[in-house]
This record gives sequence, structure tokens and C-alpha cells, in this order.
Amino acid sequence: MADEPHNLDPQHTTTPVVAPGLTFASVTDKISSIVLKRKTPIWWFAGFAISFILFQLLLLTITQLLFVGIGLWGINIPVAWGMDILNFVWWIGIGHAGTLISAILLLLRQQWRTSINRFAEAMTLFAVAQAGMYPIMHLGRPWLAYWLFPYPNTMGIWPQFRSPLMWDVFAVSTYATVSAMFWFVGLIPDFATLRDRAKSKPWQILYGLLAMGWRGSARHWHRYEMAYLLLAGLATPLVLSVHTIVSFDFAVGVLPGWHATIFPPYFVAGAIYAGFAMVLLLTIPLRKLYGLQGFITMRHMHNMAKVMLATGLIVGYGYVMEAFFGWYSGNRFERFMIWNRMHGPYAEYYWALIVCNIVTPQFLWIKRVRSNLLVLWLISIVVSIGMWLERFVIVVTSLHRDFLPSSWGQYQPSMWDWTMFIGTIGFFFTLLFLFIRFLPMISIFEMRTILPEAEVEE
Amino acid sequence: MPQIFHHSTNALAKLTIYGAIFILVAALWVTAELNRSSWNTGQWVERQQPVQFSHKHHVGDDGIDCRYCHTSVETAASAGIPSTETCMNCHKQIWADSPYLEPVRASFRTGKPIEWIRVHDLPDYSYFNHSIHVKKGVGCSTCHGRVDQMPIAYQASTLQMEWCLECHRAPENFVRPVSKIFDMEWRPVNTTKEEIAEGKSLVSKYRIQGANVLTSCSTCHR
Repeated sequence: MADEPHNLDPQHTTTPVVAPGLTFASVTDKISSIVLKRKTPIWWFAGFAISFILFQLLLLTITQLLFVGIGLWGINIPVAWGMDILNFVWWIGIGHAGTLISAILLLLRQQWRTSINRFAEAMTLFAVAQAGMYPIMHLGRPWLAYWLFPYPNTMGIWPQFRSPLMWDVFAVSTYATVSAMFWFVGLIPDFATLRDRAKSKPWQILYGLLAMGWRGSARHWHRYEMAYLLLAGLATPLVLSVHTIVSFDFAVGVLPGWHATIFPPYFVAGAIYAGFAMVLLLTIPLRKLYGLQGFITMRHMHNMAKVMLATGLIVGYGYVMEAFFGWYSGNRFERFMIWNRMHGPYAEYYWALIVCNIVTPQFLWIKRVRSNLLVLWLISIVVSIGMWLERFVIVVTSLHRDFLPSSWGQYQPSMWDWTMFIGTIGFFFTLLFLFIRFLPMISIFEMRTILPEAEVEE
Repeated sequence: MPQIFHHSTNALAKLTIYGAIFILVAALWVTAELNRSSWNTGQWVERQQPVQFSHKHHVGDDGIDCRYCHTSVETAASAGIPSTETCMNCHKQIWADSPYLEPVRASFRTGKPIEWIRVHDLPDYSYFNHSIHVKKGVGCSTCHGRVDQMPIAYQASTLQMEWCLECHRAPENFVRPVSKIFDMEWRPVNTTKEEIAEGKSLVSKYRIQGANVLTSCSTCHR
């Protein structure tokens, strides 16, 4: 992997990918000790408890939903896609950073991905789990969700393959499967390390089962590398395809503000933007709390901030083009849609979105901002909120004012919309806390490959 | 350090991984079979009635027309269940003292209808009308089977949507001439060219709509 001695890299002499002085043994020890040796810190219990309590809100909402139906939420005609669909898009977007980091950056041999890929993949998986719940709960009769899959059913009919909602089922389920496989395959050598280092029998058996008999032989490594590369190849198109198809949910509809060819690239960029914001949001406190500054260095922070800036600019271009083509189309409905976004009942959402997503990331041009972790963290929060607002504006403003003034309406999320959203945040963090406690959050064996010790002298 | 797992675990692990595919396929297959089985659909299951009534005797042996009892089959959505008075038309005279018919006479005396057990129960979300089917060349036996051979009535078809669509997608394979509607013995034979052409000509004669109308959601789910 190491084509050039990392410490001679002229551009990054001050901020290397990994802190100097680390060895194979110390890396393995430091990362595995978080799971195996160190006493579970008090903040972990506090964080887990809070997340778990919030998670109960989700269970409560879903139970209530199964009894009452989706009338529980604020959705109604004309706004039939309220917070359930916008939260779906928000969560699925967050997942994209994980896939980008693990697949595309692997194929591009970006070594800095090594210390954040495991964590980002876990985040992807957990975010997709949240996202998947929304459309299923939105079905009205979620217990019949399997009808979405084409199987030889007794009804003698197939699902509607011409509907983008159908494509969504395939896109999201493929995405979840490939992400889970990628994550698990990447974990196998580390499971073996944990198995060998665990002290008690039950943990040895548990990690041993997950390690699937990994012995670290040359043949194992050969097959492993091959499988990992193949999975990366499979996952690469998913970075683009998943959110493209999510954008089709809107773009295929003929509603002003939805029916635009810019939607796929604009959605994909937005997804990566939101995803990197979430990775930063989570890694900044984590590296501090677990003392992982040696692994997740300032170079990572800079790189992630730069990706955020780049995708933020693409998203900004998308907003400008939406407004421009609304005017340039000469279509009165398109013009009204843009005017309504800027001056209508949801204007404050639109302008808040512009401030969050176009104005805020401009600070990332400045190196001092990128180096200040507190500011970077705050920017990540603002971007996450901004991306939520973006989906709100897209979903709600187009639906609440369509072609016929007689069918205009307003949308107000109900209490249950919020409990479901807060509940999914709780579930997400519950899974994340369990992950950092029981699995190595940084890939141990991949870290070893980027150490100076791994550089073989010819 | 001692081994955590016994050597045999290797074989077990391989078995689980390969087995998973077969288990999954088998589970799907079993589910599909169970869904279509009479355990789920109620097909072939004989329904015991409060009176020991035999369709075989009345239709097969006596040759009573379906419409004598199921009077509204040509005019209404429901074919209709005969009133006790219909039974008594004959049974005032014949088998008038039979102990088997005591529930019928009791119903006649008190005016309380006999509580027949429904044999064919379509779900409420599907709209079905007997009269249109009978008028457009669908005979009784196409759906209800050889009622003239049923001592105790049972459901002859699955009543699942794929079964409905079999005909709605290709009515020419099932329709029969007007004279044969109440014929228990008539069976569609679509082997020769002439027979296939006859089915098609019947479809145009009855002016049966195309599959786009017959298989539109709202044709049956209104």
C-alpha cells in the first residue's frame, strides 16, 4: 500500500495521517483496549442511557402508529409526504459518507481513509436502518411491506416496476446489504484480534464466531483482499445510485420544484455533504474522549472539511440553478414555486436553508476555521440542520401549492412526527454507543499497514 | 492458549454457510405452498350445515335447476340463499315427516331462518357480482365445480386473486355459450383451433371488455 514513505510527503510534513512513534503492537493495544481492557467510562453510560430513553420514543410512536394508523402524523392531502419522507431522505443521505469513504477512497488509494472508514461505515449502516423505517411505517399497513418485493404471490400481480418508489426498495435494500457486508468483511481480521486478546471465555467464543475461523494465513489475506476489493467495486456505484433513485421519487413526479433534471447530482452531492457533516459531528468528540488524536489526525479533519466545502458548493450551485430555471423556464407554475419558496408561508425555512447550506460552509475556505475543532463541529451541526431544512423545503413547498389553488393547503408536523424523529436519533445513537463499546471503532489491521514499520525496504 | 473451538466446528461452520441458502429457499417454498394450500384457502374443505342438505341429491339425482333456489343469480350481486318456504314447496309433500328435515320444519313454524354456513366467502374489499358473470358466459361450474357431485358442499376454487385473474386476463379460455351456463358437465376444451376460435368469438359476442378493463384495480376493488 505504502508507495512512498509517509513522512517524506512534502505537502503534509506537519500533519501526517498517523502520529509518529506508533508501532504495530501499540496500535493494536490502543484500539483493542477500548473494547477489552479499559473501564467503561461514565460518559458512555450517560450517553447510552439518554439515547436509549429517546429510542423508547420511537417504539412508543411505532406502537401507536400500528394501532391508530398514519393519521397520527401531520400529513394529509395535499401534503401527504411530510416528515416521514423528508426524514427518510435525511437519514439515507447521512449514510453516504460511509460508502464514499470506504469504497471510493479505497479505490483511489487515499490512505487517510483508514482510520475513519470503520466508524463511517457503522454510521452508514445505522443511518440506513433509521431511513428504512420511515417509508415502511408510511405504508399505512407496514405488516404487508413484503408486498414491495417481486415474489410469486397469490395475487398474481407484480409490483409496479415503473414507479420510482419501487426502485427505491431495490436501491435501499441493496445499499443496506452491501454496506453491511462491507462492514462485516472489514471487521473479520479485527474480530480475530479481539478473539485472541479477550480474557473471558464467553467473549472469546462470541468474537471467535464472528471471526469465522480467521487465522491470518497468507491464503486468508489473499482472499480477504480480493473480497474486499470486489465489495468496494460493488459499493462504488451505490454512492451515486442510491441517492439518484431517491431523487427520482421527486424528479419523476410532475410537480413544480420536483420535476427537474438537476435532482440526481444535486441530491448525491447533498448526501455526501450531509454525510461528512455527520462524520465530523461524531468523530470530533470521540477522538477527544478516547484520546485517538494519534489516529484521527488534523489532516483527517482538514480533508473532511474540504470534502464538505466542495460538496456544499455543488449543493449551492443546485439552489442557484433551481431558482434560475424557475425563472428562465417562463412557466408560470415554476416561477410561482420559486416565488412561493422565497416569500410564501415557508419562506423562513428557505432562507434558513440558504444561510445554513450556502453561507456557513464558506468559512471552510479559511484554514484557521478548519483547524478550530469547536468551530468545525458547530459548522457540522449547522450543515446537518441545513440539509434537514432542504428536504423540508423540497417536500413541503412543492406539495402545499400545486397547480390548482383549490387544492392548496398547509402542513404542520404533529407531536408524533417529532417523537418519531427524535426516536430515530435515539436509536441511531444507541447503536453507535454499542458499536464503540463492543467493536473496534478503528480498523486495527489497516492502521498497521500505514505505519512506518509496514514500509518494506527493497 | 488452548483452542476455543473443537475441530468439528469447521465442518459445522461450512454447513451453516452453505445450508443457509437451502434453508432460505426451502422456507420461501414452504411459505408459498402453505399460502396456496387448502389449510389457508379453505378449498376442498366440506362445510357441515345445520340441515343435512345434499347438492348431489337435489341437483344430480333430481335435476333441479340452480336458479330454483339461488333465485337472484341472474339479477343481483348475490346468488341468494333460498328461504325456508322454498324448501317447504316440496317438503310439505315429500319426506314431510323425515326427522332429518325437522330443522327445516322448525324454521317454517317459528319463522326463524335456517342459519346456513357460508361456503364461499370473498373478502369484503373485493366487489363481486354474480349477475354480470352469468350474463357474460361464466357458468356456475367454472367457479363452483361439480356441485351435482357434492353430497356436502365445499369451496371448489382457491378464491385467491391469481385465480380470479386467470380468467380476467384471458376470458376466452373459460366462457361458454348461453345455453350451457347452468350445465354442470360443460368443461372448456381449448385444444383445437376451432375451440379456441369459438372462445374468442364468444368474448366478442358477449362484448367482454379487454384485459385492461378487466384487470384494472377498480374493477374489483371499488
